[in-house]
Amino acid sequence: MSGRLAPSMTPDTEFFWQGCRDHRLLIQRCTDCGALRHPPRPMCPSCTSLAWETVEASGRGTVLSFVMPRHPQFPGFDERYMVALVELEEGTRLVSNLVGTTPEEASIGMAVEVRFEQFDNDVVLPQFVPAGADADAAGGTAGTGADR
Amino acid sequence: MTAGLSRRAAICGIGQTEFSKESGRTELQLACECVKSALDDAGLSPADVDGLVTFTMDTTEEIDVVRNLGIGELSMFSRVPYGGGAAAGTVLQAAMAVATGVADVVVCYRAFNERSGMRFGGFASTLTSMPLFLSWYGPYGLLTPASWVALHARRYMETYGVTNADFAPIAVVDRKHAATNPDAWFHGRPITVEDHQASRWIVEPVLRLLDCCQESDGGVAIVVTSTERARDLRQVPAVIEAAAQGATFDGESMTSYYRDDLTGLQEMGAVARRLWSMSGLSPDDIQTAFLYDHFTPFVLMQLEELGFCGRGEAKEFATVENLSIGGRLPINTNGGLLGEAYIHGMNGITEGVRQVRGTSHNQVDAVEHVLVTSGTGVPTSGLILGRD
Ligand SMILES: [Zn+2]
Repeated sequence: MSGRLAPSMTPDTEFFWQGCRDHRLLIQRCTDCGALRHPPRPMCPSCTSLAWETVEASGRGTVLSFVMPRHPQFPGFDERYMVALVELEEGTRLVSNLVGTTPEEASIGMAVEVRFEQFDNDVVLPQFVPAGADADAAGGTAGTGADR
Repeated sequence: MTAGLSRRAAICGIGQTEFSKESGRTELQLACECVKSALDDAGLSPADVDGLVTFTMDTTEEIDVVRNLGIGELSMFSRVPYGGGAAAGTVLQAAMAVATGVADVVVCYRAFNERSGMRFGGFASTLTSMPLFLSWYGPYGLLTPASWVALHARRYMETYGVTNADFAPIAVVDRKHAATNPDAWFHGRPITVEDHQASRWIVEPVLRLLDCCQESDGGVAIVVTSTERARDLRQVPAVIEAAAQGATFDGESMTSYYRDDLTGLQEMGAVARRLWSMSGLSPDDIQTAFLYDHFTPFVLMQLEELGFCGRGEAKEFATVENLSIGGRLPINTNGGLLGEAYIHGMNGITEGVRQVRGTSHNQVDAVEHVLVTSGTGVPTSGLILGRD
């Protein structure tokens, strides 16, 4: 398994990546008005509060869009790896990989759930598999070259 | 509101280098050459210039343009952010300076070796650490402008039943117009719908090779002065009937995935509203347009945001016939960024000026008003140019 370039982080965003290391998908929540937001930022756009906390997402969501970048090829990715925009059931969205399925089987609107993958350079990323998929059956990432 | 700016300033000079894949000289030299060429076209001298505007991404410092051309004192200089979204924005900055008396002659410039130097589509291959803006995308392999656009465009395709084949007319029209423009990289090399459909996937199932603009080396400059002064200069003035920039809530630069509606280009919608209200014109008044075409799907979405057709109707509107010379809305008559060159949209503004002057290699009949848009998927800008 090859590595992925590690995300950069700031004090505004590092909780998300630390959450990934703990296998918890965290969403930033305004302490004052309760609004959720992603990507993380210091101020709540609903009420301008600077107070925030985090909540753990259920990890369940829906695919809003997905594509297969083919050119240029980057090291560590399969030839037709899938990048998806996922809307979590809590309402926020994030970009991730769709794994444990094929471009032919995947569809917009499909239900997915999160898995955490540790790459061999210690980067831990959320990855999404079809909802209800057996953890082992859904194995493989967009970057292992695993036979699916 | 901004109606006060309408028709106060005009583009009186345009200049460009050759468009190539390897200029063989520095970006600074390209900038100096195109600025000089634009001043020559206007019949002005470097001593007349008191303002300079460029992109935040441009590597050529204003003071280096001053030092090379022998320009005297500058009274204004500003830069516009967000890549190709800046193009028409530079002209807005210039027009505001001229209309308020802050400057008299402002030159907007953009020059780069985007093919032989740093390539936007290839920079990720050389990364050793992830820039902050890319950290939500890069680790998952969403590493190129094409892929950022594709993830957005696929939602549009899904919503309106659009397929990649619906993008072919944009590429075909651009290359058709480039074929008869001697300045275009693809001069004499038109393509067919079949060529488009046979080109390899860049981001499946959205973008094929022929949906993606070129990478180019070159420079373009534009001289802006008051409409009054422009009347006394060498060229037919291209009057700035409207100029607008637009940014909207919850956007990012090319990765605006967090808004409820992913089927439009909100920033272009904001620019469109300002252009129409400032000029008092409507889509029916436009004879030809330059629609920023870094990636073909966003040309269809622009047609909808600008009001040339309704939501989801662009795939019917955007036929080769409608978008060619003689059609309902001839677009990108220089060949666009796909066919002429990718000079970050500045070469669309110069083509708009040529259409107003009546000097395009692909001249549209009886041009009164030309629409020009800038980069999409980012905070952007637009212009309506017309006859005095
Ligand atoms: Zn709040």
